[in-house]
Amino acid sequence: MGVSVLKPGLATTVQDTGRPGYYNVGIPPSGSLDQYSSLAANMLVGNGDDAAVLECTYMGPELRFDQPATVAVAGADLPPLLNGEPRPTWESFAVGAGDVLSFGFLRSGARAYLAVSGGFDVPVALGSRSTYALGALGGHRGRALAAGDELPIGPAGGAAPRRAVPEALRRNHPKHREIRVMMGLYDHRLTDSARRAFLETEWRLTPVADRTGFRYRGAELEFRDRDAPFGAGSDPSNIVDAPYPIGSIQIPGGVEPIVLHRDAVSGGGYVMVGTVISADMDDVGQSAPNITTRFTEVDLDGALRARHERAARLDALREAVG
Amino acid sequence: MSVDIRSPLPGVFYRRPSPGSEPFVDVGSAVEPGTVVAIVEVMKQFFEVPAGTEGKIATVAVADAEMVDAGQVLFTVLPW
Repeated sequence: MGVSVLKPGLATTVQDTGRPGYYNVGIPPSGSLDQYSSLAANMLVGNGDDAAVLECTYMGPELRFDQPATVAVAGADLPPLLNGEPRPTWESFAVGAGDVLSFGFLRSGARAYLAVSGGFDVPVALGSRSTYALGALGGHRGRALAAGDELPIGPAGGAAPRRAVPEALRRNHPKHREIRVMMGLYDHRLTDSARRAFLETEWRLTPVADRTGFRYRGAELEFRDRDAPFGAGSDPSNIVDAPYPIGSIQIPGGVEPIVLHRDAVSGGGYVMVGTVISADMDDVGQSAPNITTRFTEVDLDGALRARHERAARLDALREAVG
Repeated sequence: MSVDIRSPLPGVFYRRPSPGSEPFVDVGSAVEPGTVVAIVEVMKQFFEVPAGTEGKIATVAVADAEMVDAGQVLFTVLPW
């Protein structure tokens, strides 16, 4: 009983709200890269916030349901097909035993979240069902789905199908994004003109963008001259190893900034010129290759305001759907 | 009427399995639904794009090593 994987998609993983608390020993938080959409999908099918969903990146899987369930797809505009018939996103719908759920081509965004009433009931590892594939931890056998996998579904609360997220509370996926950052701790290592260029450049996301980090292209940035301190590499973008926050932006060699996301390594020897504020990490997670992005600077008050606004939006979502 | 072969995902379009080797298909090549016609690279993964249809390649719509979006037309095929 549960769900059989007929085709896995490109990088489909079980995710939830994540596995916080172990980054100090090198285990990243993991979890859905777009938490808002992941939570919305769970609310649509009557699940609690901590139920596990499938994160479908760029391409959807093909799944056969071996039991009836209520499902919902939120996040990227990846059109669901039930036995080949179109179904809406941001809205729950019923599936019957033997039904096949597949997906059309991605229309916008990067990651769609598929929730099923009862949640995907894989074993809990260190407090979470999230897959950390690099560490072979959590999820379904610590890896992305493969054809032939069978995923168990947990006991459902019995959600009525046809719940919908109101239009105003759905995410959209523009071709250009403004991502807010707090500069530091090492932005003083950039020349003044490079610091300005970092904030003024229209960066373009490269195909090298996964759960670990998102690599952008657009300008070369110069670092100030210095004598490398003991323990730092010789490249001016190197520092003595330091912890990497989730969302921190490193620029190895001054080319191609990388925004670290929820499967990142916990530390290393690259300058972090800034950190994406937590409220905008979902937007990074929904960025697909070729999306243009400008990093805009905010201060701590601005970041905290954005965090409160995001929390208010989640409350509104809960009010409307949950 | 020709049929489109579209990229199922965004990434970099490659016409060859490796640099220096022959393209998977060219104008005039016969394809079946399972024939691999291109590779799209994203997230350091290489995804083989199947033709999904049968016939003869009529046009190659994208240059080698160009970025493509999901749903973008890669080839057109004249059905038998």
